[in-house]
Amino acid sequence: MQSNVQQFPPFREAPAAHAHDGHGQGEHHEPNFWRKYVFSTDHKVIGIQYGFMALCFMLFGFFLMLLMRWQIAHPGVPVPVFGPLLEKILGQPAAHGAISPDLYNSFGAMHGTIMVFLGVVPLAFAAFGNYVVPLMIGAPDMCFPRINMASFHAFFLGGVVMLVSFFIPGGAAQAGWTSYSPLATTIPTNGQAFWLVGMVLLITSSLLGSVNFIATIIQLRAPGMTWMRLPWFVWAQFVTAFILLLAFPPLEAAGVLQLMDNVAHTSFFLPTGLAVGGQLADRSGGGSPLLWQHLFWFLGHPEVYVLILPAMGIVIEVIANNTRKPIWGYKSLVYSVLFVGFLSFIVWAHHMYLTGMGQKIATFFQATTMIISIPSVIILTCMFLSLWGGSIRINTPMLFALGFLPMFGIGGLTGLPLGLAAADLYLHDTYYIIAHFHYVVAPGTIFALFAGVYFWFPKITGRKMNEFWGRVHFWCSLAFMNIVFMPMFAQGIKGMLRRMSDGAVNYSAARVPGAIDALPGSVMQLNGVILWAAVCLGIAQIPFIINLFWSISHGEKAGTNPWRATTLDWQTPTPPPHGNFERAPHVVRGPYEYSAPGHAEDFTPQDEPESSSAPLNPNEHH
Amino acid sequence: MIDMSKSESPFSLQGCVRLCAVVFLVVLCTTSAMIATSFSHLGDGWTLKVALILAIAVVNAFLVAGHLMHLLSEKKLIYTVLAFTVFFFIGLLGLTICATNGFPPGTVSH
Amino acid sequence: MEIPYTIETRPDTGLYNAKLGIWLFLASEVMLFGGLFSAYVLLRVGAEPGMWPHGWLNVTLGTVNTLLLALSAITTLLAWAACKVRDFTKFKIFHACTILLALTFLGIKSYEYHDKLIHYEIKLANGTFADGHLVEESKDFDLANKTGTVTLHGRIVEDEKELMDLRAPAAQSAKLDEVTIAAADIRKMENYGPKHNTFTAIYFTLTGLHALHILGGTVVIFYFWAFGGAMWKTDPERFTNRIEVSGLFWHFVDLVWIFLFPVLYLT
Repeated sequence: MQSNVQQFPPFREAPAAHAHDGHGQGEHHEPNFWRKYVFSTDHKVIGIQYGFMALCFMLFGFFLMLLMRWQIAHPGVPVPVFGPLLEKILGQPAAHGAISPDLYNSFGAMHGTIMVFLGVVPLAFAAFGNYVVPLMIGAPDMCFPRINMASFHAFFLGGVVMLVSFFIPGGAAQAGWTSYSPLATTIPTNGQAFWLVGMVLLITSSLLGSVNFIATIIQLRAPGMTWMRLPWFVWAQFVTAFILLLAFPPLEAAGVLQLMDNVAHTSFFLPTGLAVGGQLADRSGGGSPLLWQHLFWFLGHPEVYVLILPAMGIVIEVIANNTRKPIWGYKSLVYSVLFVGFLSFIVWAHHMYLTGMGQKIATFFQATTMIISIPSVIILTCMFLSLWGGSIRINTPMLFALGFLPMFGIGGLTGLPLGLAAADLYLHDTYYIIAHFHYVVAPGTIFALFAGVYFWFPKITGRKMNEFWGRVHFWCSLAFMNIVFMPMFAQGIKGMLRRMSDGAVNYSAARVPGAIDALPGSVMQLNGVILWAAVCLGIAQIPFIINLFWSISHGEKAGTNPWRATTLDWQTPTPPPHGNFERAPHVVRGPYEYSAPGHAEDFTPQDEPESSSAPLNPNEHH
Repeated sequence: MIDMSKSESPFSLQGCVRLCAVVFLVVLCTTSAMIATSFSHLGDGWTLKVALILAIAVVNAFLVAGHLMHLLSEKKLIYTVLAFTVFFFIGLLGLTICATNGFPPGTVSH
Repeated sequence: MEIPYTIETRPDTGLYNAKLGIWLFLASEVMLFGGLFSAYVLLRVGAEPGMWPHGWLNVTLGTVNTLLLALSAITTLLAWAACKVRDFTKFKIFHACTILLALTFLGIKSYEYHDKLIHYEIKLANGTFADGHLVEESKDFDLANKTGTVTLHGRIVEDEKELMDLRAPAAQSAKLDEVTIAAADIRKMENYGPKHNTFTAIYFTLTGLHALHILGGTVVIFYFWAFGGAMWKTDPERFTNRIEVSGLFWHFVDLVWIFLFPVLYLT
């Protein structure tokens, strides 16, 4: 057996077979720095790598947004403080430190791309999933550790390609995160091609990751860990992985086709008779711009469930732990998440109501879209009902989890008019949409991710993050998130369209007095309010960043199970060693055995052996 | 450890070669059938021919998948995964075709 | 603790890890090629009547390629079977055949690509079209400066539509000659590469991506063929599983061709 092939010798019934093999259990060469921290195959290291990179990308994406909000509130005015720096780095597009329309468009496209594909999904799915899932199911690692490593490096490369695209002549991609043809093919920059190559790398990373997650959850559950004893976080990650596995490839196909359009001058998405710059384009034509939209949104819609499901998983874990009682409706939660995953594949054209689809097919998509709201509501309801009668313990993770509930409620409910074709005709591409999806992702998913960071920090580092600054982080973020996004509903309903680099000033009543439905001053003034709220929101993240790093070495020391949790991830040493468990844990009960009657403690870990005196919890579902 | 797929009958290289010969012969036949259909004059235009050719291709695919990939003796879990995949692929193709073909009344089509 | 079920199967699923992994991966590949096939269907259905090509691809070469791949699928299965009965020599023979068949496939594909790239459609000043394979360009041939001549082995047609259906009787009976054209008469000269029309675009993309998969599969199989000896000596069961898993990938690539061939060549 080659010693450099993998770190885990294969399972053998007869251990004596490798007497000659120097790699028996517990006898590992100490890897060098590169093997340990950069090219590691350990899921925990990979999880942290993903987490760290994702948080960096999110910060960068946030910064892009601040620049855009400045331009919206003060079009054409040089950016304070950062203006000269921008001009130095980017040159002409940031002339005099002001953001030109093309630069604004590239910030918009890249903000979306980076936040979704380099920020939230890697953090929610890859980072938390990689670190926590093997621990929660009692596995020594992911099924395929080297593929896991390859997945991270593909992600890293994809991120590099995306960032590099800012510095090429013509700048980064400017056709929105949705990269619609023909615009995406006719913009005179190679940034679009970079975007496509970056996307192919990121999709590859995702695919490798999802194969790993699914195989791991199916094959590596510890003895006794039946499907209905899995923590719901694992169910959520499982469905997310399936969505990524089957929904991403059509976008990869479409990406290849658009890359061919850009580089080989084909016309997959370019219609016949296309004119660019007033002249007939030298293209064969015969293509279909709608084809791109279908292939894109076939992923695009399941993608939003990828954004929310892991976050919901974290919220469930934190709520169960901090109410000291089992989650309400575990079975409903499981069936709902499976149903959501399945339905998410057949709702996508509700992003395309304005493309001239026939009534029948629009009605079909409207129906499936309305139906998919049902399991989502069931999940949220189970979360709320889980609070009832609980012994609620307030700490930073719980605050973020509680904050998630009404925020996701607002985001989800404001999505309902958008699912109805008739209402969407008016609201499509307005700021209402921006408000809706940001509510679900920003005070929604990201709050849940913050909860996860504060919650699992003690398992990773052995120390708790500072509680006071955690609460400051929470309350300030909650307040400012709402001040940033709530006004956008009003702006959108008033008719303010999205992606306008001048902040809609050309449609304002001030610019075109007497025009019907010109945007009133009140709507325009909100741009200024949102800008300041966004800046304050950014400042509110500073305590979090400092807290994160400071607590690694100075945080309050925590034991192996400071939250007194039942799931297997908290039954390991801190931090979990290579291979996680000495021997496979044996699971004998469900994941949320809190406050079971007749037990001395108010929690019973999943693998704690049955003792004859303590009765089995009669409420456990199998 | 004995692989589960061996448990039905003792594994023999001869048996495998025989299976392969049969499969290859059938593939030869189906390929010829497809080519013959393609060059024939069945039906008006191409629609009937395309349908026939695709049907034969599906048979071909079943052979390769069923026997060479031993999908016929595979575990239920694999079937489940593939069933969902096929469903979603048909959804992608079918719904996209419906969406690009069903126009509102009054649409001028070329 | 070591990762279980890398070799032996997990009782409740009946699978070892890599087998589940490869089928999951193949499911995603079905969606990938499915996306491309969907694109093909939509582009073809949406094309103007009479403007979708027929008969542009050489059926003989396509058939040969189909049979080569089918044979390679069989040698792949037999290579795995040889491993199962612990006959390493036979394994080596069978997979050597697989690799050779694959390389021949790629060779024929390259020839077909080359053929398309030297096949030109030239729009002439008088509105007619010259269409044929490049014989030679005169030494002073310069399209921009309109000097020199180009010689094609082909024909001249009145309407571009006549070039679309090469299965039509008119096209079948058309005589092909050497046609020399002066650069001054050329309005537009383009080969049958990807940008020529949506058919060539989807043809090159579909077969190109497929060829990349063939190449990848060949590299993996070659790696096991050349360097598998070490693992074979210490852990033959594990090696057999690797051959099975890579064989499944190879069979999938053959499956894709089973649809590619009729769709592109025969319809």
